[in-house]
Amino acid sequence: MAAERAKADSQTETWNDPDAVPYIRIENVTKKFGDFVAVNNVSLDVYRGELFALLGGSGCGKTTLLRMLAGFEQPTTGKIYIDGVDMADIPPYERPTNMMFQSYALFPHMTVEQNVSFGLKQDRVPADEIKKRVGDILDMVQMRNFAHRKPHQLSGGQRQRVALARSLVKEPKLLLLDEPLGALDKKLREATQFEIMNIQDRLGITFMVVTHDQEEAMTLATRIGVMNHGQIVQVGTPKEIYEYPNTKFVADFIGSVNLFEGYIQEDEADHVLIASEEAGCPIYIDHGISAAPGAEVFVAIRPEKLELSKTSTGTGHNCTPGTVKGVAYMGNLSVYLVQLDSGKEVKISMSNQRRAAEHAIDWDDRVYVTWHANSPVALLS
Amino acid sequence: MSNRLSWFIILMLVVGFIFLYGPMVSVVIYSFNDNKLATLWGGFSTRWYPALLANDQMLRAAKHSLIIGVVSATFATTFGTIAGYVLARYRKFRGRTLFSGMVTAPLVMPEVITGLSLLLLFVAMKDLFGWPNRGLMTVILAHITFTLSYVTIVMQSRFTTLDISLEEAALDLGARPLKVFMVITLPIVAPAIISGWLLSFTISLDDLVITSYTNGPGSTTLPQVIFSAVRLGVNPSINALATIIIAVVAFGVVTSHILMTRAERRRQRDIQMALQSNK
Ligand SMILES: Nc1ncnc2c1ncn2[C@@H]1O[C@H](COP(=O)(O)OP(=O)(O)OP(=O)(O)O)[C@@H](O)[C@H]1O
Ligand SMILES: [Mg+2]
Repeated sequence: MAAERAKADSQTETWNDPDAVPYIRIENVTKKFGDFVAVNNVSLDVYRGELFALLGGSGCGKTTLLRMLAGFEQPTTGKIYIDGVDMADIPPYERPTNMMFQSYALFPHMTVEQNVSFGLKQDRVPADEIKKRVGDILDMVQMRNFAHRKPHQLSGGQRQRVALARSLVKEPKLLLLDEPLGALDKKLREATQFEIMNIQDRLGITFMVVTHDQEEAMTLATRIGVMNHGQIVQVGTPKEIYEYPNTKFVADFIGSVNLFEGYIQEDEADHVLIASEEAGCPIYIDHGISAAPGAEVFVAIRPEKLELSKTSTGTGHNCTPGTVKGVAYMGNLSVYLVQLDSGKEVKISMSNQRRAAEHAIDWDDRVYVTWHANSPVALLS
Repeated sequence: MSNRLSWFIILMLVVGFIFLYGPMVSVVIYSFNDNKLATLWGGFSTRWYPALLANDQMLRAAKHSLIIGVVSATFATTFGTIAGYVLARYRKFRGRTLFSGMVTAPLVMPEVITGLSLLLLFVAMKDLFGWPNRGLMTVILAHITFTLSYVTIVMQSRFTTLDISLEEAALDLGARPLKVFMVITLPIVAPAIISGWLLSFTISLDDLVITSYTNGPGSTTLPQVIFSAVRLGVNPSINALATIIIAVVAFGVVTSHILMTRAERRRQRDIQMALQSNK
């Protein structure tokens, strides 16, 4: 897909380069509202040209973090540097950032066109250039025909697009987008995602995007930061976050996952063996995790990494019997709900490669749930 | 049952309205009375209106009232807007409660007290600095102090409901705070400002008590002229004058009301749309 290409181009993994200088440096930033800690000791480096996605549940402090970058809130403690400059005393109108507000914040007394050109006028851009740039950006968000409407004459999705255009048109060095695509339908959302990646590619703008939609974060972002209760619990590429979540929270938050409680029986350099009553069989993982034997762990396995068969593999681990309790046909894949003999219910998704598979598995069938030794992730917290 | 009740309600409404507006209606009607005796109907005539124009004292008083109304409304609106902004936006500053109390105190203070204290103040100032002489200036100052409260209340409530992220968005796009206030905040609250102005203008226009305390001999206002004329007996040209004042005040109040409700409706609609868009 073209989106993949755009991402691959910019994905030079600057964050793994020890010499790279971060564009945004957030150092031990805490924000309190009274006694309430909205952002809790966050440290984060974001590099030039990145599209960094902030993911997290409602009220976990994403907007607050963006607002501190934009300059509307001051950190209670900690420092923020943008392009090496300490932002403590820099007012919003002098920061190299533009923000798209979650509430859109369109000026109600101005038309769409006036809203979008407002920022350019502040920079005293010549009138004909303003006209051109505003026209281009309105084309991009497919709002040219609405240029002379006032915000209250627009639908929610249209307003969202105007807000997006208004923040994009100045082409700032750092763009802060607070849920930029939430109100758009799927088709428009994908087109706009693509345009955002295009802009990032073309202008080398650094993006910080808040989203609720993990799929969006996966397709858009170079890296993802997962937030919970004001803290950043994991930072990594979409793949790292998905394949190697570092906590139960992240595993559960990103995608769906089956979690088994257990304790460590053997922990060697090349494998771990975990006893789990819930799983109904020992879990064998083909790499060490350096934890003390007896330690409690959670094992996370993604539904698509589980397999169903009617016969046991006979290895004594990574294979557990159960009964099919439900099948949901979803077109490209089917999701099975299996109740293990331990009582635990697990989700398994399998792609529908063949039409009506020969050994079709159906309701109430006795099955074995199996997985490969490199599929499970052991989580200590 | 419900029908009888609704008849009762309508009856009470009519009685209430007659009680409130009957006197005014009779003033309006009798202003077209041909009879020189204001209380006796003698046929329809508009002759008292041109007669007003020939009355020098009346015209001068009207001019004074207008000057006082316009100037004090303008100042009161300016300061009231600023005070309302500060009270709505700066939630915490030293002396906020005191400030808010002082700004709105004249609303609940009996006019007699406000007038008297202003009079004492002006007299004391005159003794100390030789300024001000009682006249237009002192009346204007007095009117500013008490109409200011009304504008402050109106503007504070308007600013409180104004979405602060609009101003943040403008700052974010590179506009400096003063510019943001001028091109974003002010235009959005303009209807409230206009309605605040009209409100203080009409209040100033028909104030008698405070004016009487603070006014000097050379700058009598319309309400003062009417008041003293009526003591010598009602004459039809006073009715004509009162009719004009009623018209002006009604215009001011109705316009102000329309502006406010229209802005309110628009805001409701925006909120509605915003809610819908967030599913
Ligand atoms: N000005 C404020 N005063 C007090 N509390 C605040 C303020 N702004 C935010 N909070 C609180 O801080 C927490 C984090 O808010 P924030 O807006 O950053 O959440 P969020 O992650 O953006 O949530 P959502 O996904 O719902 O937008 C919330 O619990 C919120 O109630
Ligand atoms: Mg938010």
